Amino acid sequence: MLITCPYCGPRDVIEFTYQGDGNRERPQPASQDLDAWNAYVYDRLNPAGDHNEIWQHSGGCRAHLRVVRNTLTHEISSVAFTRGHHKVAARHKAEGKI
Amino acid sequence: MVERQSPLEPAPLEPELRTGSHGDFEHGIEVILSETRPGSILQLAAWRGQEKELIAGIRNVTGLTPPDGAGAGSTDGVRSVFGFAPRKFTVVDEAEGLASAFAGVVTPAVGTVTDLSHGRTAIRIAGPKAEWVLAKFFAIDFALPAFPVGAGRSTMHHDVFAQIQRTGADQFDIYVFRSFARSFWKALCHASEEVGYEVQ
Ligand SMILES: [Zn+2]
Repeated sequence: MLITCPYCGPRDVIEFTYQGDGNRERPQPASQDLDAWNAYVYDRLNPAGDHNEIWQHSGGCRAHLRVVRNTLTHEISSVAFTRGHHKVAARHKAEGKI
Repeated sequence: MVERQSPLEPAPLEPELRTGSHGDFEHGIEVILSETRPGSILQLAAWRGQEKELIAGIRNVTGLTPPDGAGAGSTDGVRSVFGFAPRKFTVVDEAEGLASAFAGVVTPAVGTVTDLSHGRTAIRIAGPKAEWVLAKFFAIDFALPAFPVGAGRSTMHHDVFAQIQRTGADQFDIYVFRSFARSFWKALCHASEEVGYEVQ
């Protein structure tokens, strides 16, 4: 599996660290909304298909990346820096990817 | 400055660390390995929006201008610079004291200066088979059009993080963590055996 880092170019998956589901939305640190915290910690979509993920190019430029990976085929349809990822997520939602 | 000791000093039972020819050198020496021991190895980082300031600072202090683009860099044989991550550069000088030269240039408003001079070991691999040997180590494209002279790459070999700068058509400088340098060097020697190598 290759991930094309926006800085480094295509690299083997061994250089990357999976940082978890990219659909989670972290509640404000002071939030006392237990349902929101519960959802953040435990609720996962676990789709069979395109999945929004956070990866870090830990064995390269160390940037955090927002990756859309197909859980059935491992096809990677999008990679972007995580900064501004809400915009990317909104676009993916609009395109029906998530 | 504290006097540095190389982590690559040969022990009696480690002939591959000694200067001279090793491996299958009867058919010619196709790789030359050396430790370049630069006096200064720095990591510079710019805050968001300050990258142009940082590059101007690098130009003022070193006389080198890193070209635009991810991983781009340049070298004049004494000083070297290359980008290794967004808004981050490695800058190397044969002389010590580069960090203090940057102190007034890379101000806290522009970014940060991290002195890695004692934390990294610089290993040079040169010769007609340098590309070939490195291709056994790292899953990146070492061909000249994909990896031009001056450019840098961040990658790793068996979890040993490495920054690689191409400093000549058939020459690469590899920066590894000092504590891994000895084992990395030995692996590089073993990988070079079949083409014949010289330690300088
Ligand atoms: Zn990268």
